[in-house]
Amino acid sequence: MISQIIFSLIFIAAVVCFTLQVRKIIRNINLGKSINRSDNPKERWRIMAKIALGQSKMVVRPVAGIMHIFVYVGFVIINLEVLEIIIDGIFGTHRIFSFLGGFYNFLIGSFEILALLVLIGVLVFLARRLIIGLKRFSGVEMTAWPKSDALYILLIEVLLMLAFLTMNAADHKLQILGYSHYIKAGSFPISGFLVGLLPNSASSLEIIERSCWWFHILGILAFLNYLPFSKHFHIILAFPNTWYSNLNNKGKFNNMDAVTNEVKAMLDPSFAPPPADAIGRFGAKDVQDLNWVQLMNAYTCTECGRCTSVCPANQTGKLLSPRKIMMDTRDRLDEVGKNTEKHGKGYDDGKTLLDDFISREEIWACTTCNACVEACPVNIDPLSIIIDLRRYAVMEESKVTGSLNAMFSNVENNGAPWKYSPADRLNWAEKE
Amino acid sequence: MNSTIKIPTMAEMMAAGEKPEILFWVGCAGSYDERAQRITKAFAKILTHVGIKFAVLGTEESCTGDPAKRAGNEFLFQMQAMVNIQVLDGYDVKKIVTACPHCFNTIKNEYPGLGGNYEVIHHTQLIQELINDGKLKAEGGNFKGKKITFHDPCYLGRGNGVYEAPRKALEILDADLVELKRCKSNGLCCGAGGAQMFKEPENGKKDVNIERMEDVLESKANVLAVSCPFCMTMMNDGVKHFNKEQEIEVLDIAEITAKENNL
Repeated sequence: MISQIIFSLIFIAAVVCFTLQVRKIIRNINLGKSINRSDNPKERWRIMAKIALGQSKMVVRPVAGIMHIFVYVGFVIINLEVLEIIIDGIFGTHRIFSFLGGFYNFLIGSFEILALLVLIGVLVFLARRLIIGLKRFSGVEMTAWPKSDALYILLIEVLLMLAFLTMNAADHKLQILGYSHYIKAGSFPISGFLVGLLPNSASSLEIIERSCWWFHILGILAFLNYLPFSKHFHIILAFPNTWYSNLNNKGKFNNMDAVTNEVKAMLDPSFAPPPADAIGRFGAKDVQDLNWVQLMNAYTCTECGRCTSVCPANQTGKLLSPRKIMMDTRDRLDEVGKNTEKHGKGYDDGKTLLDDFISREEIWACTTCNACVEACPVNIDPLSIIIDLRRYAVMEESKVTGSLNAMFSNVENNGAPWKYSPADRLNWAEKE
Repeated sequence: MNSTIKIPTMAEMMAAGEKPEILFWVGCAGSYDERAQRITKAFAKILTHVGIKFAVLGTEESCTGDPAKRAGNEFLFQMQAMVNIQVLDGYDVKKIVTACPHCFNTIKNEYPGLGGNYEVIHHTQLIQELINDGKLKAEGGNFKGKKITFHDPCYLGRGNGVYEAPRKALEILDADLVELKRCKSNGLCCGAGGAQMFKEPENGKKDVNIERMEDVLESKANVLAVSCPFCMTMMNDGVKHFNKEQEIEVLDIAEITAKENNL
């Protein structure tokens, strides 16, 4: 009885804490500007099903892709078992779903196989980080925290899976001994191999079974509360992030409405621009100037580095790293969120995304080739942030290199990016 | 390839009370850049050869605003766009073909939101169509025994999902077609996009076109096919960097097609 009460209290506390943290993230995302990304819902569901649920962009790199599917499928399906654990914990039952009989055996057996696959996947991932040392897991933005974050996640998953299998092994052995309430239930294709390693005394087995049970569920609840502070939050945001994907051709950059009104007024003096709602700045200097999808992108990023590994600027040794753009946006947004909490809305800490987090050198190295957008397994768009930062530098500050300024003035005066006379535009036709 | 052909302008056509089937949007590079002018000529010859009634805007054409937009100058882009749309609509243009993926992308995707609605195709798409209709062939035999590879332009490939059209003109050649190790949606940029063409690169280990040229060298191709005037410049610079002018020829899809049709 006492353990039921303790369990229920911990469970409620874990869910409440998690909800509070998620609400903070939602609040931060809502600091962004509005953008309509709810058109064409049919297509959006299709994209979410294909890319998030179906992992279609993950398998572009087969080894990481298949291992990731092991971990992902394992995670989703083994959570059915967590449901049973929670019910058992609250009501003091043991294996409440065992009445399902043969189907229950099938379920437990599948969970065990999945747990083994998760272990294999996670061990491969650990090896890629610790032994092989894949290049894309390093880089200037991969400082101490992002690196340990990744290892913590993998380590927790190893421990959870080991606890799950050990628990089953002990339970299985107790079932064989016919001890107490350990009725015959489940099939144990993997943990069956561990039975021999366990002690024979029923009381020791019960201690092991109970400890693993508690460790497993407490671990899961702790992990749940780790998510909002970790890159691992992608397991939740990957779904809305793909749903709210940009559906246009990647080459299409948005036309800024605020600019359209001004340009129309310039070309046609009789044009009366609609009343502008709270004139912001052109482009983005800080996170609040970005739209909420761009901010959600930042929280979705799991720092895999596929974007950076295909970026032409990064591959040729420039400072730009699309992953850093996303991580900087997220870190700055976290900071702005904390400031809002402490000092109220609109507090100015004297810092901005541009310059304090992302340098000019980074944004000007981009070739806008869309390789990063194409590579992202969850449709994050670092390019749109780079362009919004450039827009701020150009339109609000006129702070660009001389050669770009020359290009602008050529386009403006000669109708071409080079200094040729418009009158010579058809000269090519006369040439041999 | 030295016969001069008549290039009709929209103004002339209008004055004569005629209307072309398609507007050939030449673009700044195609108009002014000496190397790109040869692509423009080759494509104009193809249009003439197959009997498509076309016209150019000539001196009435102006930059689409692409480099300004990618460099963050939305004002300048929209000014250019609005003026161009006025000109295009003034001639009641319905269909546009261009040999520049940047012009193609901008007019196709970004002009509609500003009131400019046209059917826009890239020249490789028109060439593909003409090959499928049997109007263009590959009978020159100029590429027999040669190894040819293709460099995907970002704004045609990833930008707009066009991967097969430019390959069509190469597939029908009597040549050995090889893919670069990074191709199609995984293709590596030439380094010119995003207004990089008009500025010095940031500090780094090397230039992007050198990195790309290494892919080309690895493919052992003798002919590097491109379909963008900016890729043409970058890749030619890459060839020169490695002193491979004797071994590797960089040609646009239009030039290859014109050559094979003896134009």
